[in-house]
Amino acid sequence: MAAAGAAATDLEVARGKRAALFFAAVAIVLGLPLWWKTTETYRASLPYSQISGLNALQLRLMVPVTVVFTRESVPLDDQEKLPFTVVHEREIPLKYKMKIKCRFQKAYRRALDHEEEALSSGSMQEAEAMLDEPQEQAEGSLTMYVISEHSSLLPQDMMSYIGPKRTAVVRGIMHREAFNIIGRRIVQVAQAMSLTEDVLAAALADHLPEDKWSAEKRRPLKSSLGYEITFSLLNPDPKSHDVHWDIEGAVRRYVQPFLNALSAAGNFSVDSQILYYAVLGVNPRFDSASSSYYLDMHNLPHVINPVESRLGSSAASLYPVLNFLLYVPELAHSPLYIQDKDGAPVATNAFHSPRWGGIMVYNVDSKTYNASVLPVRVEVDMVRVMEVFLAQLRLLFGIAQPQVPPKCLLSGPKSEGLMTWELDRLLWARSVENLATATTTLTSLAQLLGKISNIVIKDDVASEVYRAVAAVQKSAEELASGHLASAFVASQEAVTSSELAFFDPSLLHLLYFPDDQKFAIYIPLFLPMAVPILLSLVKIFLETRKSWKKPQKTD
Amino acid sequence: MAAAIPLSLLVLLLLGPGGWCLAEHPRDSLREELVITPLPSGDVAATFQFRTRWDSELQREGVSHYRLFPKALGQLISKYSLRELHLSFTQGFWRTRYWGPPFLQAPSGAELWVWFQDTVTDVDKSWKELSNVLSGIFCASLNFIDSTNTVTPTASFKPLGLANDTDHYFLRYAVLPREVVCTENLTPWKKLLPCSSKAGLSVLLKADRLFHTSYHSQAVHIRPVCRNARCTSISWELRQTLSVVFDAFITGQGKKDWSLFRMFSRTLTEPCPLASESRVYVDITNYNQDNETLEVHPSPTTTYQDVILGTRKTYAIYDLLDSAMINNSRNLNIQLKWKRPPENGYIHYQPAQDRLQPHLLEMLIQLPANSVTKVSIQFERALLKWTEYTPDPNHGFYVSPSVLSALVPSMVAAKPVDWEESPLFNSLFPVSDGSNYFVRLYTEPLLVNLPTPDFSMPYNVICLTCTVVAVCYGSFYNLLTRTFHIEEPRTGGLAKRLANLIRRARGVPLL
Repeated sequence: MAAAGAAATDLEVARGKRAALFFAAVAIVLGLPLWWKTTETYRASLPYSQISGLNALQLRLMVPVTVVFTRESVPLDDQEKLPFTVVHEREIPLKYKMKIKCRFQKAYRRALDHEEEALSSGSMQEAEAMLDEPQEQAEGSLTMYVISEHSSLLPQDMMSYIGPKRTAVVRGIMHREAFNIIGRRIVQVAQAMSLTEDVLAAALADHLPEDKWSAEKRRPLKSSLGYEITFSLLNPDPKSHDVHWDIEGAVRRYVQPFLNALSAAGNFSVDSQILYYAVLGVNPRFDSASSSYYLDMHNLPHVINPVESRLGSSAASLYPVLNFLLYVPELAHSPLYIQDKDGAPVATNAFHSPRWGGIMVYNVDSKTYNASVLPVRVEVDMVRVMEVFLAQLRLLFGIAQPQVPPKCLLSGPKSEGLMTWELDRLLWARSVENLATATTTLTSLAQLLGKISNIVIKDDVASEVYRAVAAVQKSAEELASGHLASAFVASQEAVTSSELAFFDPSLLHLLYFPDDQKFAIYIPLFLPMAVPILLSLVKIFLETRKSWKKPQKTD
Repeated sequence: MAAAIPLSLLVLLLLGPGGWCLAEHPRDSLREELVITPLPSGDVAATFQFRTRWDSELQREGVSHYRLFPKALGQLISKYSLRELHLSFTQGFWRTRYWGPPFLQAPSGAELWVWFQDTVTDVDKSWKELSNVLSGIFCASLNFIDSTNTVTPTASFKPLGLANDTDHYFLRYAVLPREVVCTENLTPWKKLLPCSSKAGLSVLLKADRLFHTSYHSQAVHIRPVCRNARCTSISWELRQTLSVVFDAFITGQGKKDWSLFRMFSRTLTEPCPLASESRVYVDITNYNQDNETLEVHPSPTTTYQDVILGTRKTYAIYDLLDSAMINNSRNLNIQLKWKRPPENGYIHYQPAQDRLQPHLLEMLIQLPANSVTKVSIQFERALLKWTEYTPDPNHGFYVSPSVLSALVPSMVAAKPVDWEESPLFNSLFPVSDGSNYFVRLYTEPLLVNLPTPDFSMPYNVICLTCTVVAVCYGSFYNLLTRTFHIEEPRTGGLAKRLANLIRRARGVPLL
């Protein structure tokens, strides 16, 4: 009876044990994954390895240069070797994680008949006009004509000439090492027309470590799909000045041709406004000797802020705005001049602020006050104003004056105020800048997503990331094969996609849901469930160990 | 802006200056107007209107050049292809019963209604973007406009301006009643004015006064209008309106007189040189059919009579562009005085400040015989900070009793008695003469139930959940894992021994 009872009890104990183990198993096998699955944040997979690979990307910028030799430019036996191709590659030393290599691929060939004819003409203008006609050159490519040593096309003391389009002329030499010497000259000229360290350093200014002249380099606007240009006439004293400006005509005549030439670099929109009672934030200093007012250079930064609130946000688009202000000083403060560091008045009476725009002070001729009563009618001389604003516009777009090699003649500017190779140079720089921006954005996005596991990654964000990575790679390939236009388009796409992904609002949904709050909610559920399971598991474990030890002792 | 660099280098050749053919400038004009209306209740309403008219086809030109018309709004018109835009921000409610009909009423909060051009393909998308942009321009929460609070009325909101067809598909209307209007909405509104707030009527727009009012409504209306009588082309009209109602009792210490300086704490100093018309209208219609009740200073040069909103009104006109108007005294401060006080009364009101001082309302009123006078005060129930609740918050909060001090005419003329001689109970209050006696009465304190939050709710929920889960799960778990078996009774135990002792004594078999 007792034995049967004990057996039944043992049976019961074993069943209880099994039940407890089963509970634990259900909780672990079913409960935990269910909880894990239902509270999981959706994270689409991202190409992390490719993104980290982008950092070590090697950029090869290939500039295709066609070198055309006329009949008497090099010795005859050298001419026999034509055509052939020489590659000149050089690493650009920048303190940047991307390695940038610049590669001039020089395709040497003999001049065709019409080229010979053109280059034997009397003046450079004629030659250019004749050379222009037949073929349109691809963006980023250059054509160099090597002319005979004694040609009268160039002035005697000049060795080379840079044209307004994508052509240059280099004087040849009759020498045993003719190809080497000419090759060096060609690289010099080609560098001035396409890629130099300065250009790339300026393009990467935001990504390079600070140094003493980087502030100067940060002058150009950041690359963007489009730009808005706003001309504002500030008339702080409409009681005394009735200012008129023919901005429609000026934009049509001077600004629009320049922007049309620049249209490959982005979309532009131009508008203008007149702001009354808009004053500068600084009281100018009165100089009794010249009975005029002066703005010191160190005060100039304070000039902009109070005006800026009146300028009006660009409500209609997201593009960066370039402001050009024409300030007609009030009667009580005129004439007003801007002083530079040395105290001398600035010739243009204008200054610009990096990445913001420019301000020009336009003094009303003092003679107009004598005859008439207030307000006097002021007609603004738009040629004077637009000269300054267009020069500032060039600076703000990063179209700096080229570093011309010695003994090189630079052609006069085209009527648009922009040479074709200057545009190409801008596109090179912008492509590199876009690639650097896109890479940085993608890297920080990947870092952020890796660090914070709460962020939801939706499929469309992931697809934007994939698209950006592909566009970066495509752009790098196109750059390496010398297709500047398509490389630039791809780099723009890379920036757009990477920023769309980075600024997607869905990334923020679950960001502020910290773990401690989560567990404060779970504990009332978890604690009463977990404690009995754990206690019985501990008990089972202890009993099993005891029952194992007993037989050992008997042995 | 970090740094500014003077531009010294300039190598640029501009070709072809050509002839300076001055293009026909799009003409634009500005008119501004202020109407001051003393309201029947004793308050004063001031309505500003600034109207910018621009003879230009905004939608056609790629490059746009702005003069008086604000660029921010012009860009909106061309980007979103707007035909009409009406936006108003209002704080308070226009009480037609006391104030009479308004010139232009607006609902409390923000109201936006827009007619799009029929070239717009996706109206809802444009509407969403437009409300987002407007929210940025006016620093308001218009970005909360979405499909849940947008409607397309079919009959009520017809275009106010020129319109060929009125397909209501291109209309969107939304109201945000919760929107609180404050200085940050006024500042961008002022920036749209050509003279900013530097000259002309806009000098009076001082935020701290405009928001100390019973009613504040600012609005922007854009619509196309006919350029000429034959309506061959269109012009764009921007009307910026601002209406405020000043509480004359608070600002005027119980008097109904007012002046520009007292209302706005500014006076008019100079006209806006850009305005083609700049006028102040003062409503001097006499309510009591009595010519001598009020006078304005300085005396107006002209008056204007018309039927406005169904009643004949007379306005005194002050033209700021008339050089004599301001030059005489260097500034213009229009004042209005009531010659005879309209009624014999006195009201002193000191508004409360939260947690600093209570309300004080004193009224001196003459009560007619056999009448009932009710004084009612509206109040709002508000939630206190949670530490400010008393331990028994559901009991309510006390409002101290009202005091009624009265001189009551005596039925019988009392003889003047000597102060010192009379009984003490009769000489507490000083009485000047025998025909009146003085009483001071107190009303009951008022017990107000304020809304009380359930302080223990989160705690209760957590406790309850814990208990329920623990009980259910725990008993279930115990039931399944515990083993139950019958315990063999052990020999011994005090009770058993005692029982056996008794049994032994009784001779009964032991247990």
